[in-house]
Amino acid sequence: MGKKVGMEVSLAIAEAAKMANTDVVAAYPITPQTHIVERLAELVANGELDAEYIPVESEHSAMSACLGAVATGARTFTATAGQGLELMHEVLYVASAMRLPVIMSVANRALSAPLNVWGDQSDLMAVRDTGWIQIICENGQDAYDNTLCAFRIGEDKRVLLPVMVHVDGFYLTHVIEPIEIPEQDKVNHFLPPFSYPLPLDPDKPLTMGAFAPPILFSEAKKAQEVNLRAAKPIILECWAEFAKIFGRQYKPIEQYRTEGAKILLLTLGSFGETAMAAVDKLRDAGQSVGLLKLRLWRPFPFEELRQTVSGAELLIVVDRALSFGGPGGPAFSEIRSALYSEKKRPRILGFVGGLGGRDLMVAEFEGMVKRALEMKPSGAEQEFEMYGVRE
Amino acid sequence: MKTTAIARIGAHPLDEYLRTDRLPHIWCPGCGLGMILGTVLRAIDKSRLDIDRTTIVSGIGCTGRAAGYVKLDSFHVTHGRALPFATGLKLANPNLKVVVFSGDGDLAAIGGNHLIHAARRNIDMTVICVNNFIYGMTGGQLGPTTPEMGRTTTSRKGNTEKPFNIPYLVGAAGATYVARWTTAHVRQMERTFIEALQKKGFSLVEVISPCPTYYGRMNEQATGLDQMRYYRYNSVVKHFANLADVDISLDGQIIVGKFIDIDRPYLPAPKGENGK
Repeated sequence: MGKKVGMEVSLAIAEAAKMANTDVVAAYPITPQTHIVERLAELVANGELDAEYIPVESEHSAMSACLGAVATGARTFTATAGQGLELMHEVLYVASAMRLPVIMSVANRALSAPLNVWGDQSDLMAVRDTGWIQIICENGQDAYDNTLCAFRIGEDKRVLLPVMVHVDGFYLTHVIEPIEIPEQDKVNHFLPPFSYPLPLDPDKPLTMGAFAPPILFSEAKKAQEVNLRAAKPIILECWAEFAKIFGRQYKPIEQYRTEGAKILLLTLGSFGETAMAAVDKLRDAGQSVGLLKLRLWRPFPFEELRQTVSGAELLIVVDRALSFGGPGGPAFSEIRSALYSEKKRPRILGFVGGLGGRDLMVAEFEGMVKRALEMKPSGAEQEFEMYGVRE
Repeated sequence: MKTTAIARIGAHPLDEYLRTDRLPHIWCPGCGLGMILGTVLRAIDKSRLDIDRTTIVSGIGCTGRAAGYVKLDSFHVTHGRALPFATGLKLANPNLKVVVFSGDGDLAAIGGNHLIHAARRNIDMTVICVNNFIYGMTGGQLGPTTPEMGRTTTSRKGNTEKPFNIPYLVGAAGATYVARWTTAHVRQMERTFIEALQKKGFSLVEVISPCPTYYGRMNEQATGLDQMRYYRYNSVVKHFANLADVDISLDGQIIVGKFIDIDRPYLPAPKGENGK
């Protein structure tokens, strides 16, 4: 058994990267991520982690340096948030297309303007289509565990894709939680050393990321799409193996009190635990309410979603990001699209809330259920609301 | 100084330049930013600039907060992009007096490319670069100006990288006015700001400023006062010094003064010079 310690979640993420024996960390400071890389810099300085720490001059350089490091076959980690993730944007596509498994923690943060350093998932949604595997964490243990899993998944020779592990900025990064830190030998057993099949090597020269004219480009993108979808069974295999060794089982969609539920709430990230309390209260009051927590964002778990909502009459999706002028919150929109082809599907409503660090408390989740029951079907464009906004 | 402001009991003489509803500011005790912002505002006041045509642009970081405190047209832009934003302002409206007020991390690291290009193109603006040797806002990480062996939260055993010598860098890139003072040189700083504001072309004033919370505490200058004493006893005024020699080390001299004051064609070109 590992040791359960009270630890700031950022430090636990750094601990996971350390126990994974990361070779290279390249990072730029940005709130609310900084504690993660600051801790890694400290571990490198005091000799607890034998790695190169590169204090680059921007996030764009951080991700570029990570690509260079992985291309030589080094196990590579970085962390960022909000604006930093946006500055990395163009390089993110290159990481996935070149099959370079950089592992990155993202402390989810709102995007400017107005300048806001607090938590929401606008950054996460803005990098949705970059081709990375994306896992969204609910609590500190989840963040530690899935940081370890990210290395194993991304570096698997059948996958070789970069992985983002999303943790809500401040709501998770800056809280101290009881976290079980396993023994190093168990981690070593779970996570084999990284062996990149085609590293840059002067003795066996190769070219990466070269120019692809129209006659090749679509095929390259198709290959990437096939590869990312094919990663799903390997992610499930990793989580099963993790459960065997460490006793905690992760799923693409977690269910809470969904037995026979007519109404389902669906959340992403740290909203999950608050919504669980709301579900408890509503169940106690006799309402048939359950909760779904989406963990695997890319590749998207279509099958699991269809199975888990099949018995419900109403599905309420709570987004912490807004797609301006679009069909509603990004998760709401995707989920509605994923269920469109189902013969029997629940009515789907969306709420957008908790932007830029605005708290959504238990009462607010109860309020959303109440409000959803009042909302009359009124055509697609009105099927979502921004919750708790002063007019 | 305008007598109307001074006459108001309890008011600060610079209140007319400040968004007092945004105060108190977020800067730590012992930080140099209050002094520098006060000096900039006095320089603007004494230069009799038309405040309706004076703008302050800042990027991200502790220094970047200044844009939100001044009662001028001000812009708080994304990290590192104060200079390109200011370039757009100045070229689109040459009548504006454009002041960029930002930190060493914002101007010389993430925005370092813009710094050399703005100097190269000699855009008519005044840049005040507050250098505290560290990323203060995010908690004291290694920056592009951290002296060799300087300790930060990401260089616990001391920095092994060579820092930028900012005057040398922008001088080489083509700036027409370059000076450096510390927060222990408030009078000199004020005169320099007035001169820089009048200069046509790219002017940059580097101000060495205490960050006792992070830089000072980790480098044996635990209080703002310790850092101010260090500046007082270790600064050497050398106008027009050879810029290759104005590097800053962890415990050596800080060479201050006016280093460059030359004239060359600037942008936006004055009317009639490029066919306008």
